[in-house]
Amino acid sequence: MPMKIAKATFATLTILFLVAPLIAILPLAFTSSVILTYPIPSWSLRWFEELFFADAWRRAIVNSLIIGTGTTLLATILGTAASLGLRNRLILFRGTMRTLFLLPMVVPAVVLGVGMQVLLAGFGLTNSYLGVIIAHTVVAVPFVVVSVTGALAGIDERVELAAQSLGAAPITVFRRITLPLAMPGVLSGAVLAFATSLDEVVLTLFVAGPNQRTLARQMFSSIRENISPAIAAAAFLFIVATVVIGLVVVLSRSMLAKRR
Amino acid sequence: MAEFIRFERITKFYGPLCVVENLDLGIEKGEFVSLLGPSGSGKTTLLMMLAGFEQPTSGNILLDGTAINAVPTHKRDMGVVFQSYALFPHMSVGENIAFPLQMRGIGKAEVDERVKRALGMVQLSALVDRRPSQLSGGQQQRVALARALVFEPRVVLMDEPLGALDKNLREQMQLDIRDLHRRLGLTIVFVTHDQSEALTMSDRVAVFNKGRIEQIGTPRQVYDEPATRFVAEFIGETNLVEGVVEAVQGQEATVRLPSGAQIVSAVSGTVARGQSVFLSIRPERVDLSEARGEARNVLETEVTDSVYQGDHLRVQLQNATHPLIAKLGRRSREFPPGTKVFAAFSAGDCRVIAP
Ligand SMILES: Nc1ncnc2c1ncn2[C@@H]1O[C@H](COP(=O)(O)OP(=O)(O)O)[C@@H](O)[C@H]1O
Ligand SMILES: [Mg+2]
Repeated sequence: MPMKIAKATFATLTILFLVAPLIAILPLAFTSSVILTYPIPSWSLRWFEELFFADAWRRAIVNSLIIGTGTTLLATILGTAASLGLRNRLILFRGTMRTLFLLPMVVPAVVLGVGMQVLLAGFGLTNSYLGVIIAHTVVAVPFVVVSVTGALAGIDERVELAAQSLGAAPITVFRRITLPLAMPGVLSGAVLAFATSLDEVVLTLFVAGPNQRTLARQMFSSIRENISPAIAAAAFLFIVATVVIGLVVVLSRSMLAKRR
Repeated sequence: MAEFIRFERITKFYGPLCVVENLDLGIEKGEFVSLLGPSGSGKTTLLMMLAGFEQPTSGNILLDGTAINAVPTHKRDMGVVFQSYALFPHMSVGENIAFPLQMRGIGKAEVDERVKRALGMVQLSALVDRRPSQLSGGQQQRVALARALVFEPRVVLMDEPLGALDKNLREQMQLDIRDLHRRLGLTIVFVTHDQSEALTMSDRVAVFNKGRIEQIGTPRQVYDEPATRFVAEFIGETNLVEGVVEAVQGQEATVRLPSGAQIVSAVSGTVARGQSVFLSIRPERVDLSEARGEARNVLETEVTDSVYQGDHLRVQLQNATHPLIAKLGRRSREFPPGTKVFAAFSAGDCRVIAP
């Protein structure tokens, strides 16, 4: 019994520790005050208004959506292709290759940022949407690779062999068998790629110009310039987006699981 | 009948490991051939090469007289049934069975018609809309079978398809598959490590050992006339007794055992005078009695143990130099341990096998 109480207490404390920053910031999204501090004098939605109608914030949201969508598409295609390639037993240095694909996850973002800046400058892509999308894709691909590789590993290879023996050419096997079976992994990879792009600040600082300010980047600079509760409202937006994304993933997974 | 499938000097290496060695095998149209052997003897590998999933390191595979080494799997027109069934988990039973027909560009109406017929054939018509995960093992097995047969392939390949089923269901499916084979005139290559399954189902059995075929023949031939010691021991139970050939008379040889007894036995292959050989004596061919009797081959033995096994009585015997097992019919009298008995068998009921 004491063990149970200890476990429950520990779990509660851990969760508290994890969500404390959220609890600290979220109520401030609804303050009527002009500064980001407690106490809250009265409740208001004025900062959401600011977010959607103030030019800087609105453009940041639009930028985040453009760059996030681009990153999602590019990273999902590249990551899925890489995972399919890594599946081939005949590929040389398969283990090394897999590690290489995951490298951007562990390489410090500042290092990647400097490298990206230099590289993109060489192609004249700094201060462009494409440049930011490429930079974000580099850090998003590993999430897709992990997710899709996991899904592919769950496919019984003999199912694909059976399809071949039943008359399906390799491309048909991919379209009718492999891809549908890997789809849950591809979808959650795509969602993770979008989330990564949404959240990315460091690379954005290095490669984006003023025209590609994303929401995260805008929050980062505005917290230094003027600490307005619009940041809290943006944070609230982030949380909502994350929860929605999470729900979409869970729902699509359970739908696919049911289909199986 | 013409030879339909021909393996010509097939060798397969995995790295340094020789899995199939210089193998020749011919299979006729409409024949049911089992590849029987212990795990790891290369049966699956041979089947996978026939299906086109693996390439032989050397040698040719001919189908209907043409080499198919370079033909990709999806153009070989062979139905494959795996032990794991390998059904498409994201498709319904009906969609699974329709798949090979769609691959052949058959129109929807005909696809529906043939799927219906195939489902009827394996008695699963009611389950057409189920997912594979909602079926029992035996039902999945039937779906896999229907899917492999529905497009009327030139050959049906089965790799231990019944291995995952429980005993009763397995025996039922053995008879069902054999029945389908006869009704539809299918050519079937069937891999199994279960000797009774191979004997039950096949026209011919190829006994595998370490990547080679030790013997190929009808169930009766491989059981009654084992060509090698391996075959005699792998198929059924047998007594193996060492001896030396004293004389050869046509298809029979006289063998002297270490105890001094002389046994006249049928011969597999060729043996010469003075050669050391094994005698294979099937336990169920041995008769026991307390009188010496008239039989040609008689061994003096003593009962060491006797176990009643329902359908037979299993008696363990000890001769001066070697043990012997006898399986007696249900109506046999009891032989308590210590009884001195004569073990008798005819020349046709034992085989001389060159080691
Ligand atoms: N893809 C492979 N790579 C390496 N070795 C293999 C491969 N497939 C089978 N083998 C080896 O080949 C031998 C024969 O295998 P297999 O044909 O599956 O035997 P069986 O079906 O008779 O049990 C085994 O020793 C097995 O480990
Ligand atoms: Mg096998």
